[in-house]
Amino acid sequence: MKYNSVFDIIGPVMVGPSSSHTAGAARIGLTARRLFGKEPKWAKIHLYGSFAKTYQGHGTDFALVGGLLGYETDDTRMSKALDAANEKGIAIKFIEDSAKTDHPNTVRLIIGDDKESLEIVGISIGGGKIEITELNGFELRLSGNHPAILIMHNDRFGAIASVTKILAKHEINIGHMEVNRKDVGKEALMVIEVDQNVDDTILLELEEADHIIQISKIVS
Amino acid sequence: MFRTVAELVEIAEKEDILISEVMIRQEMDVKNKTREEVFAEMERNLQVMEKAIEDSLKGVQSVTGLTGGDAVKIQAYMREKKPLSGHLMLDAVSKAMGTNEVNAAMGVICATPTAGSAGCVPGTLFAVKEQLNPTREQMIRYLFTAGAFGLVVANNAFISGAAGGCQAEVGSAGAMASAAIVEMAGGTPQQSADAFAMTLKNMLGLVCDPVAGLVEVPCVKRNAGGSALAIVSADMALAGVQSRIPCDEVIGAMYRIGQQMPSSLRETGEGGLADTPTGRFLKEKIFGMSV
Repeated sequence: MKYNSVFDIIGPVMVGPSSSHTAGAARIGLTARRLFGKEPKWAKIHLYGSFAKTYQGHGTDFALVGGLLGYETDDTRMSKALDAANEKGIAIKFIEDSAKTDHPNTVRLIIGDDKESLEIVGISIGGGKIEITELNGFELRLSGNHPAILIMHNDRFGAIASVTKILAKHEINIGHMEVNRKDVGKEALMVIEVDQNVDDTILLELEEADHIIQISKIVS
Repeated sequence: MFRTVAELVEIAEKEDILISEVMIRQEMDVKNKTREEVFAEMERNLQVMEKAIEDSLKGVQSVTGLTGGDAVKIQAYMREKKPLSGHLMLDAVSKAMGTNEVNAAMGVICATPTAGSAGCVPGTLFAVKEQLNPTREQMIRYLFTAGAFGLVVANNAFISGAAGGCQAEVGSAGAMASAAIVEMAGGTPQQSADAFAMTLKNMLGLVCDPVAGLVEVPCVKRNAGGSALAIVSADMALAGVQSRIPCDEVIGAMYRIGQQMPSSLRETGEGGLADTPTGRFLKEKIFGMSV
């Protein structure tokens, strides 16, 4: 089920005016920042559907940027996030995209700094709840409600087993897991939602495992 | 876990507990939390609602100037005149509108189930409170009951205007409020379900057509309507009036209607009231001023 907690319905506590266009947008921005692991220096933001039509009125623009700056949904600095980003010298560009998307509230965020970049697609499904549907070209489904580990790896036998073995050793339970690849034998992505936050020492251990390229985590 | 209203009512009846109790136990189970933790989290939401209403009764104004100040006007009218629709009804209406005025002014609110529809549940709660004198625990339970019904809607239909129109937002919010009022007033779980169904039935087909794409016009006043309807349906259910169409089927109808709604009427700010001469004029005026 998409919604499993009463606090998905009664909540979140948030700065107005729209749960899907403001709070949801802030959460997508925040998830992007967490996946990137640091504050981006620039962001290109493609808006689709209802997001593209009404983003100024709903504050979708400042909410996405607020999320990128690390603001939670109830942060009262939210409405001044664009100014705050400007002061920090973060270059932000909004693109109203007319492409058809499956969900009316869809955004593609491309963020980066001098060294690297990250691209995610997020949808705001209502009441402030979000899903990440794409990461660097990989399709996935990530709610951001649970801690998660994202592992880029080579599509070889044993890669998944080596990861789950390490998690099992540390008694970490996997709530949801999916694996996606662009092509046979090429780069692949594992998304593992877990019940508790994972220590950095375990991440280091995972990085050393067979066929692993890169790891990032989301704390809930 | 309950997936439908029928299951929710059945669990409550079989175990002889309130709807709110079913929701509390499920939340503890799903999130692996204690009763105290779950209550504390809801208490925080309740405090945010209370604060938003207090702020609104001091008078707020949105950046665009489109909304704000109406909650205060209604409260003044209630003190000076004898309202035709009764004190409790107008109190709920003013507090629901006030919550949404705070939301439009980018203040802090608790989404129930969304920000645009955040007025109905707290507005009715803080009005009904004056008459029923609930304990703090009963007020928190009110929110769990509303949330239980909202969960069913969110999982079987939708709660956002962009996905299903205003029927999915204020329709759901008003219906959730009806069910919660019934429980607080001592009604049965089935009466909560009937009240929910009767409110949602009256909201079916309601489109999401915000002027200039802003959560202001007509959102604030639709929360007034949703709250008023919530109280009427609760009274009807408590009087023993039943919904001829079962609650889950009403939710199913809402879902299909939403799917058939064109995108111009689902929070794109292109159709309905947004597309009236005044709606278009306001949009130009606001974005011409680069708010």
